[in-house]
Amino acid sequence: MSHIIFDSVGVDFPIFNANGRSLTSRVLEVATGGRLDKDPSGHVLVRSLQDLNFEISNGERVGLLGHNGAGKSTLLRVLSRVYHPQAGKAKIEGRITSLIDISLGINPEATGRENIFLRGRLLGLSKPEIEQKFDEIVAFSELGEFIEMPVRTYSTGMHLRLAFAVSTVVKPEILLMDEWLSVGDESFMHKAEARLTALVDSAQILVIASHSRDLIEKTCTRAIWLEHGQIKMDGTASAVSAAYFG
Amino acid sequence: MSSVIQVQRAASLSRMLAWEDVKQAYRRSAIGPFWITASMGVQIATMSVVFGIIFKTPLFDYLPFLATSIILWGFISSTVVEGCMAFINAEAMIKQLDLSFFVHTFRVVIKNFITLGHNFILIPLVMLVMLHPVGWQAILFIPGLVVVLANLSWMVVILGMISARFRDVPQTIQAAMTIIYFITPVMWQPSLVPAGASHWLLGLNPFYHLLQLLRLPFLSGVPTLENWLLSLGFAIAGWLVTIVTFNKFGKRIAFWV
Repeated sequence: MSHIIFDSVGVDFPIFNANGRSLTSRVLEVATGGRLDKDPSGHVLVRSLQDLNFEISNGERVGLLGHNGAGKSTLLRVLSRVYHPQAGKAKIEGRITSLIDISLGINPEATGRENIFLRGRLLGLSKPEIEQKFDEIVAFSELGEFIEMPVRTYSTGMHLRLAFAVSTVVKPEILLMDEWLSVGDESFMHKAEARLTALVDSAQILVIASHSRDLIEKTCTRAIWLEHGQIKMDGTASAVSAAYFG
Repeated sequence: MSSVIQVQRAASLSRMLAWEDVKQAYRRSAIGPFWITASMGVQIATMSVVFGIIFKTPLFDYLPFLATSIILWGFISSTVVEGCMAFINAEAMIKQLDLSFFVHTFRVVIKNFITLGHNFILIPLVMLVMLHPVGWQAILFIPGLVVVLANLSWMVVILGMISARFRDVPQTIQAAMTIIYFITPVMWQPSLVPAGASHWLLGLNPFYHLLQLLRLPFLSGVPTLENWLLSLGFAIAGWLVTIVTFNKFGKRIAFWV
């Protein structure tokens, strides 16, 4: 059973400019006796998320709405357990599968076969698990003989088909996505659509960031509208999307 | 998931990534990773001729020393230098996956260990060609290696963290390792240091002790108690500092890279 509880979660993003990031400015600060200490820590903090309170229970499909820079990606990273909030508590129970960048770990110089193992291992699959699913992945990606060729020789579509085929063999508990994945040409798209829908259905919790009204209303049961890092509205998908899209 | 399984996962993942790093550098080349061995072999051969003439040492004495020193020093030095980039280079992974941070640091150590394995072949070869006897004490290389790995592992963690936060550190460390290369007896024999200066030049240099642990077993010598104790102490002190620092700042790494 997956479960997510956010208790007044806040994330500040330190921005290190060229000066803040170099050690010398730290040393100089001391050497100049604090005369330049208008900004003592020497870096700007961007308040990315502020005072988020919500609970997501097993079975919920949550859409994240908000303009660029509203904090959707940061929130997805907190949910991935990548960013640890400075304020509040984020309790995330369940195995995370992130389909935010399905090409992560794919090495263009390596063959399709090698990349299935690379990508699969990063998704948390063991070697025997990948071996067992290998034929199915190759069949789904429709790469045929190309599976033994370096990925740099692939077309963009082939590359995405491979990344998609591997990334969707996992059994997610908490599934995180940034927009719906759509890959390949007409015929592949239908197949991919069906597979992704099945994957989403099998997840215990889905959190998806999107700018698409259709997607939010079709896939999600609930939506959270972020603005300037704060929750502006949290409610049923139809109510929030009606308010957001106007 | 139990922590034992997590550690196992992290270890096997970092092993795979390390092999991938080694292969990556030599893809599309005909002899592949054996370029590592080949270029090291040529370097040793050239240097031993030049320095053998300069230092007026007979080759059968100097070559085994130089070969072991350069190979083992190269392992220590490149692990430290590459360790600075452990987290910086893993940015994409760190920002998307909740992996143990040790995946990224072990990856660097293992990658360099694999490189060492390729170079290591040259050591018995040189010993054979120079008819240099290698005695039972060669077995001491193994505990020495364990101590050196324990030291390199903490260095990679802490340097990786500091480098992610302060981007001048990788360059600084690289420059520092070049200097340490010259003040540590890698090319020149420790016996050349006058007795009065040896405490300052060698005794206080932890890298000297680490290098002695690795190479003396092949040079018909035995590492001294001082070598062992200082290296062990360095490992323990280093890990203590690293653990404290990691507990304090580990959660910030994702924001720094």
